[in-house]
Amino acid sequence: MTNLIEGKTGFWEVVIGLETHAQIISKSKLFSGSSTLFGSSPNTHVSFIDAGMPGVLPRPNQFCIEQAVKTGLALDGEINLTSYFDRKHYFYPDLPFGYQITQFYKPIMEHGKMLIELEDGTAKFIGITRLHIEQDAGKLLHEHHPNKSFVDLNRAGVGLMEIVSEPDIRSKLEAATYVSNLRTLLRAIGTCDGNMEEGSLRCDINISVRKSGEDYRTRVEVKNVNSIKFLQQAIDFEVERQIAVWEDGGEVVQETKLFDPSTGKTFSLRKKEDAGGYRYVRDPDILPLILESTYVEKIRESLPELPQAKKERFIAEYSLTSYEANILTIDAEISAFFEKTLIKEDRSIRNPKMAANWITTNLFALLKEEGIKIGESKISAEQLGGMIDLIEEEIISSKIAKEVFETMWTDANFFGKPPLLIVEAKGLKQITDNTEISALVDKLCEENMDKIEQIKSGKDKLLGWFVGQIMKETGGKANPEVVNTLLHKKITG
Amino acid sequence: MSLLKLSVKEAASKLKAKEISSVELVKTYIESSNKADSLNIYITKTFDMAMEQAAQSDARRSKGSALSDIDGIPIGVKDIFLTEGVKTTNASKFLENFVAPYESTITKNLLNAGYICMGKLNMDEFAMGSANLTSHFGAVINPWELEDGKNRVPGGSSGGSSAAVAARAVPIALGTDTGGSIRQPASFCGLVGMKPTYGVCSRYGIIAFASSLDQAGLLSRDVYDNAMVLNHMAGYDEKDSSMIKFNKQDFLSKIGQSIKGVKVGIPKEYSSDILSKEIKDYWKQAAKALESEGAEIIDISLPHTQYALAVYYMVAPSEAYSNLARFDGIRYGERTEGADLADTYKKSRRDGWGEEVKRRILIGSYNLMTENFGKYVQAAKIRRLIANDFIEAFKQVDVILTPTTTSPAFAIDEKPSNPIEMYYNDLFTVTANLAGLPAISIPVGLSQSGLPVGMQLIGNYFKEADLYAYSYTLEQKMPFSHVSSFVRKHNLN
Repeated sequence: MTNLIEGKTGFWEVVIGLETHAQIISKSKLFSGSSTLFGSSPNTHVSFIDAGMPGVLPRPNQFCIEQAVKTGLALDGEINLTSYFDRKHYFYPDLPFGYQITQFYKPIMEHGKMLIELEDGTAKFIGITRLHIEQDAGKLLHEHHPNKSFVDLNRAGVGLMEIVSEPDIRSKLEAATYVSNLRTLLRAIGTCDGNMEEGSLRCDINISVRKSGEDYRTRVEVKNVNSIKFLQQAIDFEVERQIAVWEDGGEVVQETKLFDPSTGKTFSLRKKEDAGGYRYVRDPDILPLILESTYVEKIRESLPELPQAKKERFIAEYSLTSYEANILTIDAEISAFFEKTLIKEDRSIRNPKMAANWITTNLFALLKEEGIKIGESKISAEQLGGMIDLIEEEIISSKIAKEVFETMWTDANFFGKPPLLIVEAKGLKQITDNTEISALVDKLCEENMDKIEQIKSGKDKLLGWFVGQIMKETGGKANPEVVNTLLHKKITG
Repeated sequence: MSLLKLSVKEAASKLKAKEISSVELVKTYIESSNKADSLNIYITKTFDMAMEQAAQSDARRSKGSALSDIDGIPIGVKDIFLTEGVKTTNASKFLENFVAPYESTITKNLLNAGYICMGKLNMDEFAMGSANLTSHFGAVINPWELEDGKNRVPGGSSGGSSAAVAARAVPIALGTDTGGSIRQPASFCGLVGMKPTYGVCSRYGIIAFASSLDQAGLLSRDVYDNAMVLNHMAGYDEKDSSMIKFNKQDFLSKIGQSIKGVKVGIPKEYSSDILSKEIKDYWKQAAKALESEGAEIIDISLPHTQYALAVYYMVAPSEAYSNLARFDGIRYGERTEGADLADTYKKSRRDGWGEEVKRRILIGSYNLMTENFGKYVQAAKIRRLIANDFIEAFKQVDVILTPTTTSPAFAIDEKPSNPIEMYYNDLFTVTANLAGLPAISIPVGLSQSGLPVGMQLIGNYFKEADLYAYSYTLEQKMPFSHVSSFVRKHNLN
């Protein structure tokens, strides 16, 4: 019950349902052959169909339907073998037909669910009411003329999946985790690229507050939120506002709002929407969408391992923490890189903890610095695996490994080369020879008898100074464990 | 003027034998078309283009590479078909300057067969009307004039098409039929009018009125011509996803076959009180004529017929409301600038359409309101029952014979003042549209006042070839040798 928010009159529960619009990965639009390429010059991917010319007819794109089925299955939903396309009517210049083709009465998928796990270790399922296929609208361009707007129809007719959650979400963190998981899932199965900044994944938030035990109170819809950060900010703002309205004796009115990232506030777009105003009606140009169950099963079989299953496997097989497993399964390319790093040539497995660490800290830092994806990494999984072997075999220390790692990334002479070559070329092999280190230790102690006395009288910290000196002397190549043991013996021994 | 006397079949064989040229034929029809200006048949004459096409046809012919048996035949085109580069107005102010950017599938198919487009024929605005009184370009006059000197309606909505063929301005014309818009005008003008099974002709490039009912067809002087040209229109088009893939049939293949043993159903529900006695008599005569050729006459019942008109006026205006939403003045068509966006929509739609179109949009808008949607669903269910009536009947009979209309053409100044009464014009024809069945109207004689009377034959799904065969027999038994008074007056015989 940590999600409750305290107001003047007691605790409030937040109730959130999310409608996520995910642009379907497909070369052509949902009902025309036009390209879906993002970022092209305005109105360059517009057919007569997309422009809503008289006499045109929509032609369903089978690949988009397959993508929706795939997503529906990945969300653990029931695929409706018969579904229909309906028309939702409203006038706006970015909507060429005066209606959007969607699936209102019978969507392609219902009754899905998704597990979300929070950092505090709690986990819950968020119900997915439905997934339906619909068309995206075009865009209005306001910046070209002081008092005229222009219409760009490149996006008009691009296929979307609207994924509607149950009002099961109880906090902004749950909301953020839900969207983040959904994005990971869609990317893993290749049905949406999840690029929120390009608008290919965007959320409408339905949000209300209530005292515990109550029925739902009036909800407000915040439309078109296109980042997880904004999603949380919008929820924060609305929750605070709605609680204040109720506690001041007012009443929250049903309205549709937008979030303004520059102020962190939501503002009203229109009051209470009359669904009757859309005059939904079956699209008479499109036959019912009838799927064979064998077709659905074939798609089910073709699904890759889903992020949640992969995450659970990583925890079980590799003893990773939930946090580590989460990061490594957020993207299929990352998890593939990780597992490639783990597997030795003889199919045995390297130290998963170490691999996870190197990838999520050192490698991610470099990737981030250069703004590239793991697929474009300059260090291959094989190289990283080889380097881990060198550490495990005590040929190099973790500290030296950092240098080897840097070299693999930056030194063109060693791109793609086995890390052992770098160690040999640069003479970085660890000194584990006891006699060699022992001599250094003896010499150092003789020169610093005063410090040894101080250690003996309790100034333990000085021991670190001795270690540091030895490492300095050997250029970091001395095996730190050996150095520690020998020093300890010498001083306290 | 003997060329005008030729049927399409005769003209085609003379073209083939090189006894006449397409240029001669087209020139003759241009002259007769110009004589018919008083009937207001054309919205756009494309005579220059027609002459060019005719010359090209002759050139092909002389090289022995004629495209088909109708290469060089002039055809009138209802102004609802998009014809690339030519104005396509749908008889509306909204589209009075709209030049079609692409070619409809039907006219493209005909172009590929070498047809000559004579021009775009007048019609009821957006195909909404039964008397061709709603055109923005004015009423069309029926070439059948009586001694009372009154102008009579040619029927609608394909009234320009029926008047053009009856005035010998064209030998044959394209129409569309949503509730009787080919058959009723054919009957009013003494012509053969065929509405094929829903899905035989592509709807791509025909401005939609009611998508689930619209179907293209032909108005011709006789049955043979109709079947001959339909052969070049029909066929699966992947652009129209509501079509059914079926084997292309030769609509001429059964013409002339005996109808011995064919079972003809006479539905008792069509003995309407408002059916005039003389039409009732013709109905009996037609049944007898078929019987004399060996057909078996069987009384049948289509019990849900009484609901057909009500269902039609739930379905057709609702689909029209939706289909006409794209006409917003933004991308094409006439726009009346308003104070803001909403005002521009209102004014454009106010100024762009006439009363009947607005009336049907309002009816459709009312039907689809949330609180009325149950009735819409009910109508859809009754529509299914109406279709089931036919499916049941066709287990018993091969074809159904009914009158096409309750009375012959009425005078323009005698048109019903109540729109609902006007809707009764479609009483006998809407059922075939609701059920998606093929139906044809054949002229069987003149009323006592001297106006043509038509009988309707309704066939089973995709049984056009049989329907043409039965119609041909009826045509042979009750030959309609009359020509319109306009033809007599202008000596076009």
